[in-house]
Amino acid sequence: MSRRDRRFGNAGRIYLGLVLFFLYTPIFVMAAMSFNASPFYRLPVEWTTSWYVELASNQVLISAGINSLAIAVVTTVIATVLGTGAAVVFFRHRFPGRRVLQILLLPPVAIPWLIIGTSMLVFFFWTGVGRGFHAMVLGHVALALPYVVIVVSARLAAFDIQLEEAARSLGAGPWRVFFKVTLPFIAPGAIAAALFAFAISFDQFVISYFLAVPGFSTLPVEIYTSIRKGFTPEINAVSTIVIAISMLLLLVVARFYKFGSIR
Amino acid sequence: MAEVAAERVSKSFGDVQALNGVSMAFADGGFYALLGPSGCGKTTLLRLVAGFDFPTRGRILIAGAPVDELSVEKRDVGMVFQNYALFPNMSVEANIGFGLEVRGIPKSERRRRIGEALDLVKLGGLENRRPHELSGGQRQRVALARAIVIRPRVLLLDEPLSALDKALRVEMQIELRRIQREVGITTIFVTHDQEEALTLSDRMGILRDGVLVQEGSPDDIYENPKSAFAATFLGDANLFAGTADNSTVLLHGGDSLSVPRALKAGPATLAVRPEKMRVLEQGGDEVQANTLRATVSQRIFAGSSVTYILDWRGTAIKVFAQNDGSRIAEPGARVVVAWDREHTIPVTP
Repeated sequence: MSRRDRRFGNAGRIYLGLVLFFLYTPIFVMAAMSFNASPFYRLPVEWTTSWYVELASNQVLISAGINSLAIAVVTTVIATVLGTGAAVVFFRHRFPGRRVLQILLLPPVAIPWLIIGTSMLVFFFWTGVGRGFHAMVLGHVALALPYVVIVVSARLAAFDIQLEEAARSLGAGPWRVFFKVTLPFIAPGAIAAALFAFAISFDQFVISYFLAVPGFSTLPVEIYTSIRKGFTPEINAVSTIVIAISMLLLLVVARFYKFGSIR
Repeated sequence: MAEVAAERVSKSFGDVQALNGVSMAFADGGFYALLGPSGCGKTTLLRLVAGFDFPTRGRILIAGAPVDELSVEKRDVGMVFQNYALFPNMSVEANIGFGLEVRGIPKSERRRRIGEALDLVKLGGLENRRPHELSGGQRQRVALARAIVIRPRVLLLDEPLSALDKALRVEMQIELRRIQREVGITTIFVTHDQEEALTLSDRMGILRDGVLVQEGSPDDIYENPKSAFAATFLGDANLFAGTADNSTVLLHGGDSLSVPRALKAGPATLAVRPEKMRVLEQGGDEVQANTLRATVSQRIFAGSSVTYILDWRGTAIKVFAQNDGSRIAEPGARVVVAWDREHTIPVTP
């Protein structure tokens, strides 16, 4: 290895180190402080779990957490089923407007959530859909759907249509072909897509904030509201729990979804 | 097992006419090859027999009954695909057992029949492997076992050997023939490889642009091609164009060739197989019906045989000769190319 290469190697290492530092240090600090007795970030850390105990009696945050989970689960189920179905139809059929529909999936990924949230609020108000649980699920599904279609389509691109023909030639009807041949092939993509959908819904703040009603809001909205009232280390605790769950989900995604390749 | 027939079958995809009035009968237990260049409609015909597509006009019969009402899953056919199409999420055993499971055959009988099928294709012991753990030849055998284990009425093979390398292909050709004989199933085999079609099939059909050009046994088509296309697509052939006068055809430049039977007066095309021709020294005493004076422009030595490219009045003539000890003519040599009248085949242009 030449000197020049080595210098670039070191620069690369420093760059990588800085990226990881700024990405993960705030998270570690937050997790550490959730176990610190001092509410004012005083060092050294004095170990305590009292903030978690206090959190356990904070009914507002807990019910908001349950709401978030419920919305995320319902969103995941609906978005994954609809999105997978759409991806299969895009893959299997050539119909007028197919390309236009495929392209129309992309803008919602790029449009800022604030804009989408505002437009949904206006639209739901105008059409009488209103706000609350059902409106949030509608909004989250609309937001997650493009991601599901894109992830499942990526998996389907490698699917050999002759597998379905082979199954049919062996006597299998359309349902059996789908459940025995097509779905097992799509499954890793669909699972990854479901986890994306879950994460998108569970982490969603802007749309949920607009569509929340007094007495029904989600965890990110409640966290924001409590911070505005005054910061308490309970927020550190609940955030740490959320981070732990998110990390766990992403590890599962990584297991099923190899970047850019098919397992 | 059953006989299959295509009756005046046409198929169009949009503006494209893939098949045009093809009629062909496939006898019970026969091994048929459908041969033709890509886009000739051979795969379309196979897919119509399978039931993946339906004819635009005409009909397909299996065991004497029209099958227009039956889509592929109800037609009871076995199909082997070009890339095998093994189910990647299933073991070898589950792949082969798929069709049996669909038919609701109880597990114990399923196991027995899977075992028989594996023995037939000589893959015993690989039941639990996944397709990606198998070699190309083994995948081919699993695909074959999966297709025949359901005891279909017809076995359809879509270029099944094209993905294998040459040595394995020859081995699988022999295997395929053995298995087909043992099972005794009507088999239709699509290929663009003329040698494969010649060696494997009892009968073959040559297709071109959606039309059945000629049908018959391999040796019959080879020895008596009806058209210039059949003559040149199945094996090599030298073509001569001229004007027929009874059993003589006058070529341009004053040469004439005699043919085995009287022809209608007018333009005629003749085909001669390169291995039926002999390259002789000029002034030799061997007398054959048809001779042309030519110059050797190339000779390609391949050990046991020699291929000559001769120049006859600006037209290339190809001759295959055995290296039987006679002197090998060198490029530039003036020679006589000679052959029998029986090997001068009148064909349509």
